[in-house]
Amino acid sequence: MYNFNFQSASSLDDAAAKLAAAEDGTVIAGGQTLLPVLKQRLANPSDVVDLSGIADLKGISASGDGVTIGAMATHAEVAGSSDVPAALRAVAEGIGDPQVRNRGTLGGSIANNDPAADYPAALLGLGATITTNQRDIAADDFFTGLFETALNDGEIIKSVTFPNATKAAYAKFPNPASRYAMVGVFVAQAADGVRVAVTGATECAHRGPNLEAALSANWSADALDGVNIPVDRMNSDIHAGAEYRAHLVVVMAKRAVAAAG
Amino acid sequence: MAENGIGASLKRKEDNRFLTGKGNYTSDINRPGQIHAYIVRSPHAHATINSVDIAAAKSAPGVIGVFVGQDLLDDAVGGLVCGASVTGKGGEVNKTPPRNVLTMDKARFVGDPIAVVIAETLAQAKDGAELVAIDYSELPATVSTATSDADGAPQLHEECPNNVALDWELGDKDVVDAAFAAAHKTAEVELVNNRMVTNAMEPRAAVGEYNSGTDETTLYLTSQNPHVHRLVMSAFMNIAPEHKFRVVAPDVGGGFGSKIFTYNEEAICAWAAKRINRPVKWTSDRSEGFMSDAHGRDHVTKAEMAMDADGKFTAMRVTSKGNMGAYLQLFSVSIPTLFHGFLLAGQYTTPAIYLDMRCVMTNTAPVDAARGAGRPEATYLLERLVDVSAAEMGLDPAEIRRRNFIKADQMPYQTPVVQCYDSGDYHASLDKALANADYDSFAARQAEAKGRGKLRGIGLSSYIEACGVAPSAAVGSLGVGVGLWESAQVRFNPTGGVTVFTGTHSHGQGHETAFAQLVTERLGVPVEQVEVVHGDTDKGQFGMGTYGSRSLPVGGVAIANACDKIIAKGKKIAAHTLEASEDDIEFGDGNFTVAGTDKTMNIAEVAFTAYVPHNYPEGVEPGLDEIAFFDPLNFSFPAGAHVCEVEIDPDTGNLEIVKYTAVDDFGVLVNPMIVEGQVHGGLAHGIGQALLENCVYGDDGQLVTGSFQDYCMPRADNLPSFDVDYAPTVPLHNPLGVKGCGEAGAIAAPPAVINAIVNALGIKHLDMPATPEKVWRAAQAAG
Repeated sequence: MYNFNFQSASSLDDAAAKLAAAEDGTVIAGGQTLLPVLKQRLANPSDVVDLSGIADLKGISASGDGVTIGAMATHAEVAGSSDVPAALRAVAEGIGDPQVRNRGTLGGSIANNDPAADYPAALLGLGATITTNQRDIAADDFFTGLFETALNDGEIIKSVTFPNATKAAYAKFPNPASRYAMVGVFVAQAADGVRVAVTGATECAHRGPNLEAALSANWSADALDGVNIPVDRMNSDIHAGAEYRAHLVVVMAKRAVAAAG
Repeated sequence: MAENGIGASLKRKEDNRFLTGKGNYTSDINRPGQIHAYIVRSPHAHATINSVDIAAAKSAPGVIGVFVGQDLLDDAVGGLVCGASVTGKGGEVNKTPPRNVLTMDKARFVGDPIAVVIAETLAQAKDGAELVAIDYSELPATVSTATSDADGAPQLHEECPNNVALDWELGDKDVVDAAFAAAHKTAEVELVNNRMVTNAMEPRAAVGEYNSGTDETTLYLTSQNPHVHRLVMSAFMNIAPEHKFRVVAPDVGGGFGSKIFTYNEEAICAWAAKRINRPVKWTSDRSEGFMSDAHGRDHVTKAEMAMDADGKFTAMRVTSKGNMGAYLQLFSVSIPTLFHGFLLAGQYTTPAIYLDMRCVMTNTAPVDAARGAGRPEATYLLERLVDVSAAEMGLDPAEIRRRNFIKADQMPYQTPVVQCYDSGDYHASLDKALANADYDSFAARQAEAKGRGKLRGIGLSSYIEACGVAPSAAVGSLGVGVGLWESAQVRFNPTGGVTVFTGTHSHGQGHETAFAQLVTERLGVPVEQVEVVHGDTDKGQFGMGTYGSRSLPVGGVAIANACDKIIAKGKKIAAHTLEASEDDIEFGDGNFTVAGTDKTMNIAEVAFTAYVPHNYPEGVEPGLDEIAFFDPLNFSFPAGAHVCEVEIDPDTGNLEIVKYTAVDDFGVLVNPMIVEGQVHGGLAHGIGQALLENCVYGDDGQLVTGSFQDYCMPRADNLPSFDVDYAPTVPLHNPLGVKGCGEAGAIAAPPAVINAIVNALGIKHLDMPATPEKVWRAAQAAG
């Protein structure tokens, strides 16, 4: 780890100001990705701005239309909240191990946008909206590429709002080593229709139009038999080749549909 | 049985400190004035080193010294040594290329140490390391075990043409070929024994310290054998003379073989401590461990069996290559040859066996002994081949084993591959394992699983291993450069407590408890009054350390023999005190008694008398403190039968071990709880190899599985609740009746698991690790 200036932010505005003033600053939420990267000397920020003292980023609140979760809510808090719908609680409960779930945060996960992270699939699958210190961003517009998001420099996530869904479930095939999603599929009968989101399979979580079309016509696992999943977009590594990943996308989608009921 | 003696499942004495954070590991040790070393390693698998510029690093803040290979040579520090000289084809001994502590001419694997930066803090050492400028000319790399000896492959060492360190054979090829020509049927299988990184929980570490007042060097390190470390570093590396050199292996968090060997960083810490005259500390981070710990296994093999019309094995033929990595580590070529070849008979009467074994060099980390060391490779190929043979003959896997087992009444049994088994009842262990596993009703379980869309399979493994290494003359004649006896000292303190010094080393095996139980059984002293001391060359006599499941079969006997010397001397003292003839003194339950009388004296009273010899037998030395050395007469031969049952989800290839049954013959169990724990750990290791673990290098020699993100260790949820049972027999050659248990699970499990998977899928073979994708593809292909 290289030396850096550690700064505690008292509010979103304070965090943005500190970030803007820094030569090469970064924010830290739960630190589950940033800290290992720093320890391995793979990043050398001038300033690390800590968000944990900002009251606005905390809390989970349900309304009639859905639930709004603060960016600094830990996975354990989401998993344990009765205000959060079951499918989303299950996603949070399946992330990492207890240590990760007690430190890692919703905002940190989606800002990092790891290609195998679980939350991006849930946001896409439920049609969530990301609220930052600058604007609202639809999940469909947020996850733009490998570790890339629509966030501008200095833009900080405040909360995520998940609209209610009629049915929803997530099915994940974990990487045996890392336990990240080798393939994870979130399916929902959302407010704006059937949504299917896939993570782990490609460079970035994305919606599955072919799967959505099939399920829109017939909400059943059997409807997904033979749905074409483009193999050439799939990741391929020592754990799973592209063809196998494409196959798992359909299997996990079917299992998610079955679980959603 | 004495209370808390042999057979008691006593909770481990050492766990109090381990579970309350009071363990004292090498990295817990901090010496006054200590400074920190960081190693600059090659990022290239194969590269000529044109120059190493250390000027900028030397002037970095906090940096005290920056050293390269020449600095150690200038101080006459020798290179790392290989302790094996195995005679191969044509009487040619293995070619051992030299290895400097810091490589100078070429880097030969990713992680090869080139320079060391020593600074006031670790962060400063790392900062300095970034300023070491090395000019490389990259060379093409060779990493494949199968093809590293091919024409045109990049060459690692001038000393090893075609990257071959040793061509070795065992058995009479003509006889075996003739048996194959005459066979009723033959079977063959080609397989890979996947490369493993042992990944002990505690990474390697070292702290070197030099006392200029006494000219003594002390090295604290993660070692399974501190005396061997001292011997090698003194005799061959010129670090310090043995009598001026203390090596301490304090609490060590797992070894699995990888901490047997002498490593570059240990020599650097010991040498630099003297050169700088300040204590020098180094601790491996996990990434360095993946790169630079000795790896295990890595064979590619073709195995064939010849059978007669009854399915009796008439001959076996094995052609194999073993990957040695970039340099020959300490045991190196002895593992794929002696420790592999000599186990190829397994539990069977196969009369003729031929092994053609080639040890090849590659641009990868050195490969050496890892839990089982050669025996897992032998057992895997043999037990896979036996199942393929059963299929070829249309026989049940249990039946073909029974037809070929060495029978209990044939013991001792001379195999055609050197080893002479002294005991074992393979029918008994298989019968018990099959009963415990409910083998006969498997078909019903398979049908039920099919109804749920799952593929269920069952697999056997009838394994044997050679433990209790080893008779010194035998290993000496084979080219192993040390004696493999063990020593013990049993010292009564004047107040009756006992201190036991053992030359073995406990790094998770529970010696402090099991050895104390042994002494309690032998001497009748309460177990809480027995303290077992190990791991410090300044405490106790020379010893050979812990590996090859030798600690109890060899070190335990040394302790028992030292106890017997204590009893013999105690009889003289008791006879004098009790005014009886020495011949009339009987010893039992801690008391010396005049036979047929109630005149008795407790051993603690005898000890006190020995240290306060006011009324004492003439010609007997004061004190009660005895040393014994024990050189075993033979290896020990733990064996058993394991049964694995798996269930496969054909849609994903996901696999669950639904039942695992182990029946082992370890002879006498000193502490059954510890033994069961060792079995569990070994099974986790073996199942890890079969399903999860695989060390992968890319074609360019980069380490693909350089962290736990990609190198998959077994976790609790990968494993079932094991059904562990025993079918003991009495070994001819071990005075305690013990055989060793630490490696059995790692040896037995891989073929049991793969045989079960192959059975479930109805296919001939699947290479380890059986990842979900491999299983899914096999399930698709099998329909």
